[in-house]
Amino acid sequence: MKREGTGVLTRRRHRGDWEEEILKPQLRKSPERAREFTTLSGVPVPRLATPEDLEGWEPEEKLGFPGQYPFTRGPHPTMYRGKLWTMRQFSGFGTAVDTNKRYRYLLSHGQTGLSVAFDMPTLMGLDSDDPRSEGEVGREGVAIDTLADMETLFHAIPLGEVSTSMTINAPAAVLLAMYLAVARKQGVDWSNVRGTIQNDILKEYIAQKEWIYPPRPSLRIIVDMIAFCARQVPQWNTVSISGYHIREAGSTAAQELAFTLADGVGYVQACVEAGLAVDEFAPRLSFFFNAHSDFFEEIAKFRAARRIWAKIMRERFHAREPRSWMLRTHAQTAGCSLTAQQPHNNIVRVALQALSAVLGGTQSLHTNSMDETLGLPTEKAVTIALRTQQILAEESGVASTIDPLAGSYFLESLTDTLEREALDLMGSIDRMGGIVQAIEQGFPQREIAEASFRYQQQLERGEKVMVGVNRYREGEDSPIDVLKIPPTVESTQIRRLKRIRKERDAAVVRKTLDELLACAQAGQNLMPAMVRAVEAYASVGEICGALKAPFGEYREAKTYF
Amino acid sequence: MASTVKRRPTSDSSPAEAILSGSQRLRLLVGKVGLDGHDRGAKIIARALRDAGFEVIYTGLHQTPEMVVATAIQEDVDAVSLSILSGAHNTLFPRVIDLLKKAGAPVPVFGGGIIPEEDIPRLKKAGVRAVFTPGATTQEVIDWVRGNIRPRGREGVTSSRPRRAAANRSARSGGSRARR
Repeated sequence: MKREGTGVLTRRRHRGDWEEEILKPQLRKSPERAREFTTLSGVPVPRLATPEDLEGWEPEEKLGFPGQYPFTRGPHPTMYRGKLWTMRQFSGFGTAVDTNKRYRYLLSHGQTGLSVAFDMPTLMGLDSDDPRSEGEVGREGVAIDTLADMETLFHAIPLGEVSTSMTINAPAAVLLAMYLAVARKQGVDWSNVRGTIQNDILKEYIAQKEWIYPPRPSLRIIVDMIAFCARQVPQWNTVSISGYHIREAGSTAAQELAFTLADGVGYVQACVEAGLAVDEFAPRLSFFFNAHSDFFEEIAKFRAARRIWAKIMRERFHAREPRSWMLRTHAQTAGCSLTAQQPHNNIVRVALQALSAVLGGTQSLHTNSMDETLGLPTEKAVTIALRTQQILAEESGVASTIDPLAGSYFLESLTDTLEREALDLMGSIDRMGGIVQAIEQGFPQREIAEASFRYQQQLERGEKVMVGVNRYREGEDSPIDVLKIPPTVESTQIRRLKRIRKERDAAVVRKTLDELLACAQAGQNLMPAMVRAVEAYASVGEICGALKAPFGEYREAKTYF
Repeated sequence: MASTVKRRPTSDSSPAEAILSGSQRLRLLVGKVGLDGHDRGAKIIARALRDAGFEVIYTGLHQTPEMVVATAIQEDVDAVSLSILSGAHNTLFPRVIDLLKKAGAPVPVFGGGIIPEEDIPRLKKAGVRAVFTPGATTQEVIDWVRGNIRPRGREGVTSSRPRRAAANRSARSGGSRARR
């Protein structure tokens, strides 16, 4: 038997021979396309990855097996052989009536979970008749003002049977309370209610910028929700810790990993400090990553995310439950990679990005529609996006074996590189005192602005390519249909809200809001009082507005550099 | 406030010369109006315009048209650019233009964001000078500003412009600024 080192030396010699005898003459004859190759995020890409890139790399330590620490190969033992990922198309527009129709259409076409997009006023905790909502009602998502809208949104959709994801953050507690109130009205026990609420306020300060209160009171609300759900809504995923928006704001892949996982650490830390046992709530934290255009970098990112999180949960927070170590994630293809120019090309981009998320082992997936840089998607475009997932799942064969790219010299070394870069950034955040302090100092915000500016310059210099935008342009773009939101949506929604305000019992609204404020001031869990307030038909704007008194309002420094 | 801004006609040196000599740098407001928090584009544009030699004032997020107009007047800018990705452009652009007119400061307004092609003629009719859609380069924006925006004429054109004390700017409407 050969000694271990001999194989390595032999390989090195062979590689040296290849470089001298075969590669160099070729390079002299015709140089490569570029002097340097990098990923979309700027990570150097080797000409050829070889076993030397994986020296000292132990599959047992780095990979484990599926469903086993550190979960690099996936969180479940059978992965897509057991159950395909959940195909979950995010949608919502106009009034609750319009969106309810779209949901029932999607469910009848084989979609397996719902995902609610709310409009801007709802995301900011404003009512449709607030002056700041003018022009924005029902435009980018569905308008929800009171429980009456939520009842309409889920009309004839049994909440005990579907799982629902709600993309909402600053006013998340109100919308969760509304969902639970609808479940109760449908006679569904809360222990059977399944779904996810995004509820990730930290990334709002970092990237998406839809906030109400400052970070610390916002974290308190989230801890209340986590504690409440752990006891009363045990199948609910309480926070979907999101890198998606961080990436859309222009971060690199490593920054997406680092800031997202650092946000996760922030939530776990806050819950532990509030006295919750880590294994009581950690299994219900889930993640949400972007599936961007650099194919291998994205696959590596998903795999690195699972490995880092497993280590953090086991070694730093001493979680004992394997479910607490396990990073489960949703993925969405990159909206910012879509082009308004030659929009049909977007179908191909989305397919490749979706494939990277699947090879990365995602648990659920939203594929963007080709027309989303022009407006909200049409039904036809949404159907193509859903079919893209179905083709991947049922035609391509990629779902038949688990983590098929494991062991690839290039992919494994890229996974290690991303892990290392993310851990470096997370170390910087720890040294600042944690993610809240880092946000208060503007660290992630600055890093992202820097990366996005750098990328824009690379695009303008032609160093990075967007087909149809800075290469292969055409004079005229073939027009495609865009979904129109009728201007009457706003007035219809405002009329509806005014009617509810008139019909409800104002004294009960007042009383429940007072109780909610009392809980806020006394440091009691807000959720039971929140449910009572929404059941009295208090509006999103009224509830969020009332809580500004104890919690204050967040203001960001107005910098762009 | 509009009434406190004193203006005199531009002096004899041409705007182009003044710009080239660096004696009169254009002042541009980059505004993020409406509820959407997508500030990637606004920040890139603000920085690119600054790097191109303009003086840039950034409003920060979630501004109402009233707030943007108040800042534009207070900062005495030569143009207002707005970034809107929420679909509310048909409401917000005309509102800003209207408020500027009413305040007696018809500053040119341009902007960009996710704006469907078919909405552009309507926005132009409402007085939006240029609309940049996804894929536009920062250089295109810079070139357009150079070709289309002129200093609006202030005191001391050939010397550096008098500035009001920072204390005069209210915290609400004052934006961040950076000079090259």
